Amino acid sequence: MAINWFKYSSPASFYFLAGKMIPFFSIAAVILCLAGLYIGFFVAPTDFQQGEAYRIIFIHVPAAWMSMFLYVVMAMWSGIGLAFNTRLSSMVATAIAPTGAMFTFLALWTGALWGKPMWGTWWVWDARLTSELILLFLYIGFMSLQAAIDDPRRADKAGAMIALVGVVNVPIIYFSVKWWNTLHQGASVSLTQSPKMATTMLTGMLIMSLACWMYAIAMVLIRTRAVILERERHTAWVGELQGAA
Amino acid sequence: MIWTSLSDFLDMGGYGFYVWGSYLVFLICIAGEIILVSNRKRTLLKHLSLIHQSTKQEKRNETSS
Repeated sequence: MAINWFKYSSPASFYFLAGKMIPFFSIAAVILCLAGLYIGFFVAPTDFQQGEAYRIIFIHVPAAWMSMFLYVVMAMWSGIGLAFNTRLSSMVATAIAPTGAMFTFLALWTGALWGKPMWGTWWVWDARLTSELILLFLYIGFMSLQAAIDDPRRADKAGAMIALVGVVNVPIIYFSVKWWNTLHQGASVSLTQSPKMATTMLTGMLIMSLACWMYAIAMVLIRTRAVILERERHTAWVGELQGAA
Repeated sequence: MIWTSLSDFLDMGGYGFYVWGSYLVFLICIAGEIILVSNRKRTLLKHLSLIHQSTKQEKRNETSS
């Protein structure tokens, strides 16, 4: 059976498809979050070095991962929108930015609250922390630039430039702990080495990451639907939507 | 069981301020984002239905006159 994938590149059909998908991702996010928090607080043992303070890891690492993943996904959709002039791709990129910025802020915030008891300082200008802060500024720059341009298609193109240029920052964040001497510890999970932490800690962290993924997908779909309605409000199908409601 | 009592749980081995400070702000951000997005959707739909009604009204006026 051949599926016509291009059908869903039209904002109108995507609007209805997204509407059907949102409940599944939302429910998955809630269930995974509850499971992850249960493991994080009641199953995972106390860390022998950091005591209970390490429990910040269950939100710090997922938030930091999401901040980087979402930026790459945003840049990818921006690039596709720029290259193929597809409206929906750019709308998705616009919808990703606020959620990405929120996760970046949370990575910095939880990091500061973890740094204070462990390193004795809220903030240092070290490579990992500084490059993550630049990521936050990139998200804010993307959003403010798009908000400053009235014509949505021009705003998409300008935003895409920031998104694509800024994407070089993501590998810098990721490898910063290897390339420079940083106060920040090395990667928590690596493909080449076996995990350095207890299995239950790792499980809790991975489940919380999945929960954040599901939450971010649900949030992006909801916001994309709002962006579609805003931009397509003069079209016949949005009018019919109102007639039916 | 890791925790002996609720106060033990809230104390987090002396790191309560840092652990709960992280989780509280995380929760506030998520809740805030959900509220902002649903408000945006609601005002948008209200606005759209106003437009729809006014165009309907115009059409009715055109046919009656």
